[in-house]
Amino acid sequence: MSDQQPATDNILELTDLSKRFGGLLAVDSVGLNIKRGEVFALIGPNGAGKTTLFNCVTGLYQPTSGKVMFDGKDITGSKPHQVARLGIARTFQNIRLFDYMSALDNVRVGHHVRMKAKMWDSLFKLPRERKEEAVITEKSMDLLRFVGIARQANKYARNLPYGQQRRLEIARALATQPKLLLLDEPAAGFTPQEKVELMQLVKKILARGITVFLIEHDMKVVMGISERIVVLDHGEKIAEGPPDEVRKDRRVIEAYLGKSA
Amino acid sequence: MSVGDLGFFLIVAIALVLLAGEAVAHPSQFAQVLVFGLADGAIYALVALGYTMVYGIIELINFAHGDVFTLGAYVGATIMAFFAGASEDSFLVANLIALLITFPVVMLIMGAVNITIERVAYRPLRNAPRLAPLITAIGMSFLLEGIMFLWHGPATVHVPDLLPHGAGFQTTIGGVFISFKDVFVVIAAAILVTLLAIFINGSKLGKAMRATAQDRDASQLMGININRTIAATFFIGAVLAGAGGMIWGLYFNTITYNLGFRTGLVAFTSAVFGGIGNIPGAALGGMVIGLTAAFSDNYIGSKWTQVVIFGILIGVLVFRPTGLLGMRVPEK
Amino acid sequence: MSEPTTVKKPGSLWARLHLRERIKDRDTAIYGVLLVVVLVWPMSTYYATGSSFLTSQAAHAGTWVLLAIGLNVVVGFAGLLDLGYAAFFAIGAYCYALFASFQLQSSPLHHAYHLPFWLMLFVGMFVAAAAGAILGFPTLRLRGDYLAIVTLGFGEIVPQLFLNLDQWTGGINAIGSIDQPSLPGWITGPWAGATSIAILPNFNFSYDPTAYYVLVVIMIIIAVVLVTNLHRSRLGRAWMAIREDEVAAAAMGINTVTTKLLAFSIGASFSGFAGAYYGASFGLVSPDSFLFVVSITVLVMVVLGGMGNITGVIVGAIAIYFVLNNVLVSLPTNAESFANAVGLGFITKTNGDWPGLAEEARRLQFLLYGLILVGMMLLRPQGLFPSRVREQELKHDAVVEEETVAEQVPAR
Repeated sequence: MSDQQPATDNILELTDLSKRFGGLLAVDSVGLNIKRGEVFALIGPNGAGKTTLFNCVTGLYQPTSGKVMFDGKDITGSKPHQVARLGIARTFQNIRLFDYMSALDNVRVGHHVRMKAKMWDSLFKLPRERKEEAVITEKSMDLLRFVGIARQANKYARNLPYGQQRRLEIARALATQPKLLLLDEPAAGFTPQEKVELMQLVKKILARGITVFLIEHDMKVVMGISERIVVLDHGEKIAEGPPDEVRKDRRVIEAYLGKSA
Repeated sequence: MSVGDLGFFLIVAIALVLLAGEAVAHPSQFAQVLVFGLADGAIYALVALGYTMVYGIIELINFAHGDVFTLGAYVGATIMAFFAGASEDSFLVANLIALLITFPVVMLIMGAVNITIERVAYRPLRNAPRLAPLITAIGMSFLLEGIMFLWHGPATVHVPDLLPHGAGFQTTIGGVFISFKDVFVVIAAAILVTLLAIFINGSKLGKAMRATAQDRDASQLMGININRTIAATFFIGAVLAGAGGMIWGLYFNTITYNLGFRTGLVAFTSAVFGGIGNIPGAALGGMVIGLTAAFSDNYIGSKWTQVVIFGILIGVLVFRPTGLLGMRVPEK
Repeated sequence: MSEPTTVKKPGSLWARLHLRERIKDRDTAIYGVLLVVVLVWPMSTYYATGSSFLTSQAAHAGTWVLLAIGLNVVVGFAGLLDLGYAAFFAIGAYCYALFASFQLQSSPLHHAYHLPFWLMLFVGMFVAAAAGAILGFPTLRLRGDYLAIVTLGFGEIVPQLFLNLDQWTGGINAIGSIDQPSLPGWITGPWAGATSIAILPNFNFSYDPTAYYVLVVIMIIIAVVLVTNLHRSRLGRAWMAIREDEVAAAAMGINTVTTKLLAFSIGASFSGFAGAYYGASFGLVSPDSFLFVVSITVLVMVVLGGMGNITGVIVGAIAIYFVLNNVLVSLPTNAESFANAVGLGFITKTNGDWPGLAEEARRLQFLLYGLILVGMMLLRPQGLFPSRVREQELKHDAVVEEETVAEQVPAR
C-alpha cells in the first residue's frame, strides 16, 4: 500500500490536530488520512483520546490547534450541525438516542438535515410537506429494515434492548446520508454473535459507498473489518498501518500490555 | 477574556464609577445607604445559600425555600411571645435568654421542616421528569404560605422587638445613623456563613456534599449515602434560612405570610449572580444584590428596584452565565 | 424500494373515518368528548342556570387553554422551561388595550387610537413573538436552566414596567373600557336568552357572551390543528430531539439555537395572541393580572395535563381552571351551607380567634391548591395524560424485515 495518495482520494485529513483540556493534552498533534471507501479503525487504551478526536472532527469540541479537512473542505471549528450537513455522521460511545421518541422517529430526525419542509409548510400541511413526510417515513423504515429492527419501529427508543439501541443509532446516523460514518465503539457490550452481525452490517454500509471510521476495543472486530488502523496512546499516534503490521508493532504491544514485556 | 466577560466587567465598572461619584458628592447619604444595603444583603445572603446548595446538589430551583425563611420568622415570633420576662422596651437578661433559646430552636425546626419537604415532595420524584419536582416545589411553596395564612390571616404579624434598640444603642457617625440592629444583622450573618464554610470544607459530611454535587453516581460508588447527603443539604439550607427569617423579623419587626415569595426570588437572583452552586458566590451575591437594592431604592426610586434587580439577573446570565465566582453544578 | 406505507382504502365516508378504531385511541376519544361538551355547553348551561354566566366563564377558561397549548410547545415539545410566560401574555394584552381604548388620550400622545380587534389580535401575537425572539436569542445558547431563570426575571420585569410607566399605561389604575370586537352580523338563539334564532346585523361582542365563547373555541381548534401539524413535522421532531438530547440532536444536523428560538417565539406568540383576546373579553387590563402566579399556573396546567401531549394539556388547563375558579372560590359558601345543613351553624360565626368558617375556608384555599399540586405530581409525575408513541400503520413492514435480515448481500 503506498503512502502517496492524491488529496482528492482522502475523505478526511487531519493535520497536527491537538486538543488541550487545561493541563492535559488529550490529542497531541495527530495527523491521519482516511481514504474514500475504506474502513479505518482508531484503537488505543482507555483514555488515549480517541473519543476526543471524534469530537474534534464532528465539531463538538474546538481543536486547540491543527486542521480538519473533509472532502477537500476545511471544516476546522465548524459547528456540529454544519459538520453533519456536510456529510459526517456519528454514533456515541454511551448510546445517545432520543429516549422518549419512537425508533422510527429517531431515524426520521436523522433525515432532518436533508429535508426541505419549512415551518409554514408544516403548519398548514401543504401537499409538498405531506409528500416529503411520506417519502421520509418510507426511507426511515428502509433503514430500520437495513439494520434489522423494523419490528420495533413504534417502540420508544429507551424500551429497545441494548443491542437494538446500537443498531438504531447507526440507522439514525445513516439517515443523515453521510459520506463518512464515525462509529464510537459500536461493538461494546455485544455478544460474539452480535459482533459478527455488526461486522456484516459495516460491510453493508461500506457497500452503500460510505466510508467508515470507527473506534473499537474488540480486536477481532477491528482486525476483521478494517483495512487500516491507527493506534493512539496518551493522545499521540504511535502506529499506523494494515492490521497485520500494527498487531506486531512493538510500541503498540507496550501500550496495551505495559513496558515489562 | 471573552466579549461577554468584557461586557460584564464594563457594566460593573460603570456602576462602580457612578457610585464612587455619588460617594464623593454626598458622602454621608452614600454611607447611610451602604449601611442599609449591607444589612439587607446579609439576610439575602443567608437565604441565597439555601438556594445555591440545593441547586448545586440536585439542580432544583427550590421555590419553597423563601417560604421556609418566612416560616422561620413566624415560628420565631410565636416562640419569643412565650418569654413573658422579655421586654420590648429595654434590653433585659431575659431578652438575651429568649434570643439564645429561640434562635437554635427555630433553626432546628426549620431544618426538620425542610427535611420533611425533601422527603415527601422531592425524593420520590428524583427520577421523574425534571419538571415534576419543580411543580411540587411550587406546590410546597403554596402549602407553606397557606399554612401561615391559615395561622395568622392576611394581616402583618408583629415580631417582638427583643434586640437592644433605642437611644442607648444607636449612634450617628459623621451624619450616618447606625443602630445596634444593623451591626447585629451583619455580624450574625457573617458568623453563620463562616460556620457553614468551615463545615463544608472541614467535615466529612461537607466533603460528601461537595462530592455529591460533583457527580452523584460516582459518589454513590464511593460509599456516600446520597439520600442522607441530600437531606443534610436541605437541613443546612433551612437552618440558615430559619436564622435569616429570625434576623429579618428582629430587624424589621413585621412579617407577612407572602414575604418569602419576593425575598426568595431576590435571594435566588443573588445565588445566580454569585454563580449558582457556589457557596462563597451566594454570600457575595447576596451582599451585592442587597447593596444594589438599597442604592436603587435611594437613587432610582424604589418602584424601579425590582426592574433593576431582575435586569441585573438577565444581564449576568447573558454576559457571564457562570456568575461572579463561577458556577458549580453536577456534571452531565 | 417498497411501496408507500399508507394505502388508500376505498369505501364510504363513514368507513374512511375509522370511527371504531379511533374511539380506542385515547387522544381521539378525548377530542370527541371535548367537542360534544363544547357544542352543548352554551345551550344546556343556559337552560340549567337561566344565564350566560357559565358560557362566559368557559370563554374565559378558553384563554387559559390557549396559553397552555402555547406553553406546551416551549416546555412540552422543546423541553425549554419558561417561567415568565405571563410576560408575553401581558405584552399582547397591553398591545390591544393601549390601541383600542381611550388610554392614550391621557398619555403624552394626547390621541386615542381605536384599532380593530381582528388586526390587533395578530399585532399582539407578532409583538410578543418578537419579544420572545429578542429575549431568547442571547440566552438560548446557554445551559437549559438558565433560560428558566432569565424568563423568570423577564416575567417579573414586564408587569412592573407596565405598572411603573403609568403615564402611558395608567399604572395601577389599569386600562378599562377596552373596545369590544364587532362583526357585520351574528346569529342569536335560545342559548343566549333569545326566544328564537335570529340574525343580528352590526353585531358588537358586548351584546352576547356567547360570541366570545364561539371565538375562543374557533381559536383553540385552529391552534390545536396547527400545533398538531407542527408536532408531527420535521420541526416538531427536531424540538423533541433537542428535548431528549441536545448533543445528539446537533450531531444529526439540527441547528439547536434557531430551532429552540423558533419554539420559544411560537410559544410567546400564542401568549401574545391570548393576551389580546383576554384584553377584549375581560375588558380590563391591569398590571397585577400578569404576575408570576399566572406563569406558574399555566406551567402547572401543562405539566399536570401531560407535557408534550396536546389533549392532556387541554384537559389539564380546564381542570386547573375549574379548581381555581370554582372549587376553591366557592369553598367558603359551600362549607358554610354544609355546616348549616348539618346543624353546625354556630361555627360559621366569628368567635374570638376563630374567624368564622367561611373566612377559615377562604384562608384554606392557598393551602389546598398547594396540596393538590404536590399530591397530583406525586401520584402522576408524568401528568394526567402523558404522551405516547403514535402508532404507524406498519403491518406489512415487519414481514419485509424477515427477508432483509436473511439476505446478507446489500441492495446496491
